[in-house]
Amino acid sequence: MKKLLLAALLSFVPLLAWAGEAKDLAEDPAVEKRMVALASNLRCLVCQNESLASSHAELAEDLRREVREQIRAGKSDKEITDYLVARYGDFVLYEPPMKSYTLVLWFGPFLFLFVGAGGLFYLMRKRRQSVTEPELTAEAQQRAAALLKDEEKQ
Amino acid sequence: MIPELGHFSLIVALMLALVQGVLPIWGAARGNAVLMGVARPVAVGQFVFVALAFGCLAYAFLDNDFSVQYVAQNSNSHLPAQYRFAALWGGHEGSLLLWTFLLTVWTVAVAQFSKHLPQEMVARVIGVMGLVSVGFLLFMLFLSNPFLRLLPAAADGRDLNPLLQDPGMVIHPPMLYMGYVGFSVAFAFALSALIGGQLDATWARWSRPWTTVAWVFLTLGIALGSGWAYYELGWGGWWFWDPVENASFMPWLVGTGLVHSLAVTEKRGAFKSWTVLLAIGAFSLSLLGTFLVRSGVLTSVHAFTTDPQRGFFILALLFVVIGSSLLLYAWRAPKIGLGGKFELVSRETFLLLNNVLLSVAAATVFLGTLYPLFVEALSSGQRKLSVGPPYFEAVFLPVMVPMVLLMALGPIARWKQANLSDIWRRVRWVAAGSLVLAIALPFALGKWTPLIALGLLLAFWVMGTVLADLRRRMVRDGGLKTQSPSYFGMQLAHLGIAVFIIGVTLVKGYETERDVRMAPGDTVVAGGYTFRFDGVQETAGPNYQAMQGRVIVSKGDKTVAQLYPEKRNYMTSGMPMTEAAIDIGLFRDLYVSLGEPIPDSNGAWAVRVYHKPFVDWIWGGCILMALGGILALSDRRYRIHARKKQATESSSTGAAREKGASVVANRSKTA
Amino acid sequence: MTRYVIIVLFLVLSVFLYIGLSHDNTVPSPLIGKPAPAFVLQQLHEPAKQFSPDSMKGKVWLFNLWASWCVSCREEHPVLMALSQHNIPPIKGLDDNQKTIVARINSSQLIVPIIGLDYKDKTPDAEAWLAKGGNPYLLNATDPEGRIGIDYGITGVPETFVIDKHGVIRYKEVGVVTLENLQRTILPLVAKLEQEP
Repeated sequence: MKKLLLAALLSFVPLLAWAGEAKDLAEDPAVEKRMVALASNLRCLVCQNESLASSHAELAEDLRREVREQIRAGKSDKEITDYLVARYGDFVLYEPPMKSYTLVLWFGPFLFLFVGAGGLFYLMRKRRQSVTEPELTAEAQQRAAALLKDEEKQ
Repeated sequence: MIPELGHFSLIVALMLALVQGVLPIWGAARGNAVLMGVARPVAVGQFVFVALAFGCLAYAFLDNDFSVQYVAQNSNSHLPAQYRFAALWGGHEGSLLLWTFLLTVWTVAVAQFSKHLPQEMVARVIGVMGLVSVGFLLFMLFLSNPFLRLLPAAADGRDLNPLLQDPGMVIHPPMLYMGYVGFSVAFAFALSALIGGQLDATWARWSRPWTTVAWVFLTLGIALGSGWAYYELGWGGWWFWDPVENASFMPWLVGTGLVHSLAVTEKRGAFKSWTVLLAIGAFSLSLLGTFLVRSGVLTSVHAFTTDPQRGFFILALLFVVIGSSLLLYAWRAPKIGLGGKFELVSRETFLLLNNVLLSVAAATVFLGTLYPLFVEALSSGQRKLSVGPPYFEAVFLPVMVPMVLLMALGPIARWKQANLSDIWRRVRWVAAGSLVLAIALPFALGKWTPLIALGLLLAFWVMGTVLADLRRRMVRDGGLKTQSPSYFGMQLAHLGIAVFIIGVTLVKGYETERDVRMAPGDTVVAGGYTFRFDGVQETAGPNYQAMQGRVIVSKGDKTVAQLYPEKRNYMTSGMPMTEAAIDIGLFRDLYVSLGEPIPDSNGAWAVRVYHKPFVDWIWGGCILMALGGILALSDRRYRIHARKKQATESSSTGAAREKGASVVANRSKTA
Repeated sequence: MTRYVIIVLFLVLSVFLYIGLSHDNTVPSPLIGKPAPAFVLQQLHEPAKQFSPDSMKGKVWLFNLWASWCVSCREEHPVLMALSQHNIPPIKGLDDNQKTIVARINSSQLIVPIIGLDYKDKTPDAEAWLAKGGNPYLLNATDPEGRIGIDYGITGVPETFVIDKHGVIRYKEVGVVTLENLQRTILPLVAKLEQEP
């Protein structure tokens, strides 16, 4: 009888197991955070435009592992991205590097702004010289005013 | 039988489209009323046959006709009915049919609501739209026929990608396409005005409502796509600057410029050249987007197909449509004329600046999206480049900041001639207030970065100026009741942008993510909320099996939400999929998604939880923008009453208004 | 004036889009012209022994990355076998130089050693695979975790490198080695590199 009671009591032990604060999935959250930050700006090379951080592809997992190991080995962000670029080219970077062939890319938008604003002021000045105000007779003015007032009522 | 009927209908539609594209325009050139009169009935005819084809394809899907190759590739007998229907546009051929179908819908709408327009204009507009139809119908019939048979028929279909088996799939593409295709109306109006040599304020008045409707659809379509990605992909991301996303954003930017430019041309007769170019540009970018998704030129998750042969055809179509419209513009540009005069500081200038900035923004996105293509072509394939979010975020911001700052000032400046110190007097308190709040608030919220402060500054600046102007009109200009719906629409849309900016700023600045392993009973804290994992149980859907987790979220000792994230396995394709569970809130979303079960752990799973403050303000802002557009549309100026005056006096009225508007004392208040 | 600028820009764009249509998805390798990354790995058939690319200095060789689980590798295997057994069927349309080279291979005048890298594979599976399909390799190195593959910029299997007498990578074939690319590109390059000191 006692044995039965003991067995019954013991069977409740699993329920009493302490449910606690969930542990981070990553072994080292600091390393993981840095890895994700780096990998978010890197391209998954076997995907159709996904970041290395979010891809489920096997190569992506291998490369993430590689990045983690390098972080643990104390490499800097630049060293890690250089490592990947040496093997995969600039294609792996989502942020295009500043090189001779990306100058137009990086400065283009500012050039557009400059040309746009500049062109605007040039055109404005030219316009002020060329647009002539038509002279309306008093009668035409009245008619125009009436039409406009009519518009606003509606 | 039915697929063949559909195929045949497309052929008939092509014939009708050819008639629609050629006769009315020729008739307009000759002043031949009979030929011009052909436009409306033929447009309706084309609509009927394309609708018939659409119906036949829909029937094939709903009836599980796997002897049709396209149905077999995109559907499955276990697929719920609404997704079987939506699968119609899940692939390349069907989405083209949707495009063409919506084009005929827009054409019929134009045919219907244009009774007050001069016949030549209607003939030309419908004619141009007919020509575009011809291009798409030819493409479908020769290179992308959705009715091709698969013999012997498949026993069952390959199924729709599980990521697409979602309400988002039912509504996002049609909305988006309504926007894309809708810009063809503004395009057609612009071309017909160029052909007819009649580009004036009245043309702008007619174009404006059509453009606004298309813009509303596009806004909603893009917002839906973003929201769908957010809850579907499991990463809480909502914009990736993917080439296809950019392909929808560029027409939106140009379309926004167009809507504003039309306003100026309508009111002041100014900016005509620019407005025409923007109208051509918006639709051209829509077509370019269609090309990018189907040609394999750029790598994207959204790509429908990567068939170079199809790519060549669309490129040719693109070339013909855009090339001929630009040539037409170049030829007729000298005749366009300049319109009303305005000073360096005036509402016109602000709007012109706005146009420049929006165009620069579109050009920037264009540059970034296509740059890899340029580099690859110039290096004979030796050099491959990626241009991703870090680039776009870096260059887009400097363009958007001035635009948002100026956006607040436009409505305050007077037409024709405004006064800078006047404007400053009206906004200086808002400026000071937003600056102070923007700098102070992040400290209160727990983290201060320059970007957060900047975002808040822009948002408060816009909100403040909108509210200040509303208050001013309430007090001074005869109360809010006398303001037009157009005015309210504008303020609402601008407010929407502010709301959007708040959403983006706060979610990016303050979101929290925890990636944890959870055994049943474990808890994790994120953003002040406690998430408790209660294990998983098996469940099933119409065409999938799933492991469904239960997560209880509480704040303090109050239960806030019960979430049921799932890990699904779709039976036909065997594809696994994560279905996140989200508790949507006005001020935050709580987002949970299941990862993988952890082996040998007694029921523990990898779980990802997010606290995303104000994320729904992103799409809320977009909805406000769309509502603003709809409100502006309801303005009585656009209502089609049987105004007998309009039909006959339209051209003379237009010219008189132009002269009158530039000379009569300016009316600055009404929007 | 602006209108003509716009038209010109549009024409330029069209040209680029046209060129872009022949875009493919392979990632060009930055390793070409650089020394083959060094490594020391266990051999597949003789685990006690090791292999390092250094040991191939003075020879022109092919470095082929493959795996027993790789479906496309099955496609290229017969071609590699033909090469190793001096038994290449010449394809149509070869020029004289290319024809000569194929003839030299088939008469054993020109020998191209193939070293394999068994990528992320299990040794028993690899051995079984080679036993069944034949072994074209001089020897195989094993890369069970895929680290050396990453050093070589791998994006999938199969991939094949042409490495010269000084250990410098001169060419990378991404994807399957076919009779086509073997006879048109790879072998002529190997023959040329053989002439180099």
